[in-house]
Amino acid sequence: MTITQSQIQNRQFIIPKLSLPWKVTIGYLTIMLLVPVAAMLLRASTVGPAKFWEIATSPVALSAYDVTFVTALFAAAVNGVFGLLVAWVLVRYDFPLKRFVDAAIDLPFALPTAVAGLTIATVYSDNGWIGSLLAPLGIKVSFTRLGVAVAMVFISLPFVVRTLQPVLQEMERDIEEAAWSLGASQLQTFWRVILPPLMPALLTGIALGFSRAVGEYGSIVLVASNIPFKDLIASVLIFQRLEQYDYAGATVIGTVLLIISLVLLLAINLLQAWGRRYEGGR
Amino acid sequence: MKAVGREAKWVKPTLIGVAIAYLGLVQFIPAINIFVQAFKHGIGAFLGYITAEEFTHAVQLTLLIALIVVPINTVFGLCAAWAIARKKFPGRAFVISILDVPFSISPVVAGLMIMLLYGRNGWVGPYLEAAGLKITFAFPAMVIATAFVTLPFVAREVIPVLEEVGADQEEAAKTLGANDWQTFWRVTLPNIRWGLLYGVILTNARAMGEFGAVAVVSGNIIRKTQTLPLFVEDTYKQYETEAAFAAAVLLACLGFVTLVLKEILERKTRIKEVE
Repeated sequence: MTITQSQIQNRQFIIPKLSLPWKVTIGYLTIMLLVPVAAMLLRASTVGPAKFWEIATSPVALSAYDVTFVTALFAAAVNGVFGLLVAWVLVRYDFPLKRFVDAAIDLPFALPTAVAGLTIATVYSDNGWIGSLLAPLGIKVSFTRLGVAVAMVFISLPFVVRTLQPVLQEMERDIEEAAWSLGASQLQTFWRVILPPLMPALLTGIALGFSRAVGEYGSIVLVASNIPFKDLIASVLIFQRLEQYDYAGATVIGTVLLIISLVLLLAINLLQAWGRRYEGGR
Repeated sequence: MKAVGREAKWVKPTLIGVAIAYLGLVQFIPAINIFVQAFKHGIGAFLGYITAEEFTHAVQLTLLIALIVVPINTVFGLCAAWAIARKKFPGRAFVISILDVPFSISPVVAGLMIMLLYGRNGWVGPYLEAAGLKITFAFPAMVIATAFVTLPFVAREVIPVLEEVGADQEEAAKTLGANDWQTFWRVTLPNIRWGLLYGVILTNARAMGEFGAVAVVSGNIIRKTQTLPLFVEDTYKQYETEAAFAAAVLLACLGFVTLVLKEILERKTRIKEVE
């Protein structure tokens, strides 16, 4: 009954109205997004499967994937722990300048990546504010893989915090208090009562942060030394291949990166759907 | 007896302390460093850097690109948001995911795709060049690359607002005899204005700050295709760190203004944003 009614409404009002926006949307998406993606995939297909595999699994490419994905996973995991802590503190506690701290979480969204890379490279260099404290301990950050990790941590933190905050806000304190009154310790309450309902949001935040870190270029190219087998990420490798006019090499690695990004996008969508179902079930 | 539901006294200050220390190391100290470094040699030296010809040209180019890209992507974003929010159709979630693709891929891959399409060895580049149109290593490709990476912002901000407002008011306006334009200007636009403005601000911030995609397609030619973020990298690599920080301060101010506007708009709309 309701379905037929809305269908009639659709026919009467919405379809004739939407024709122009739809044309613009489909046309623009095709020219701006689908055609460039197709151009790259077509170009990759001209390379030939054997050559494609050879370039995609060459030692320098494998090392670049290692630096990109393992470091991004590390950065996302670090933010999983500290992002949860920051979100918890911002939702549950009051302290001076809390509004300011809350607003500043989004800084990595707003600060151009080249600027982030420049200032992280300086602060964490041997004579920078933080780097000079770490240098006597034998820890070098800028121009090493650790620097790549710091840049990735910087840009992926807001994803974890912003995904967790609304879920923490919605969480009812009754359950925690019930656990406490039943004799659970603080640690038990955290592991058994607080963490499980946060899991979908936490994993979504970590996955979003990981995906963002994998795609990061601007800040890392300035922080790292960009030396192959040391701290060269996949995006920088593509850039170097293009500078050498090695279009086949750039295309193959670009295609690998594109496919992985699309798989990540799909995984994140599934995670978010899972999170919504979790919310609906409560 | 211990009160039920109370955590130990040390927990709150410890957690706040660790959170602030972490944010300090990752965000606050690097942010403060930008300003300290830029004005280290005094305001005179700073003014010297920002009045150099390479610098002013980079600023002009950055502003010009944003001036072209932001309106185009705003119109597209409005169309896409309306199309998606006002109609239930199979594969709707898939279309929203497609919109997110520019956010999910590396900007270098975005630049690469534009090179493979419009470049000298690309699919359509040679034909365009024969017609006298040079796209890559020139202004047009920089506009295309910037438009690509900022494509989803407006639609993403406007879709949830449109969904929340619902179509009732628009349909009422229609019933009362308003045409499409009148409905849009008088009913839809006032309802979504803050969400739209937020999307436009984000588009602008990213357009002015975009680095990776523009670096690939521009060739980074000083005084020709060098935007402000490219200027930051170039001067840093040439060991002109002070000049790099002078440019970085301008871009950082853009970032801070964006954050302040975001706070104001969020207070106005109170729409919880989950990225």
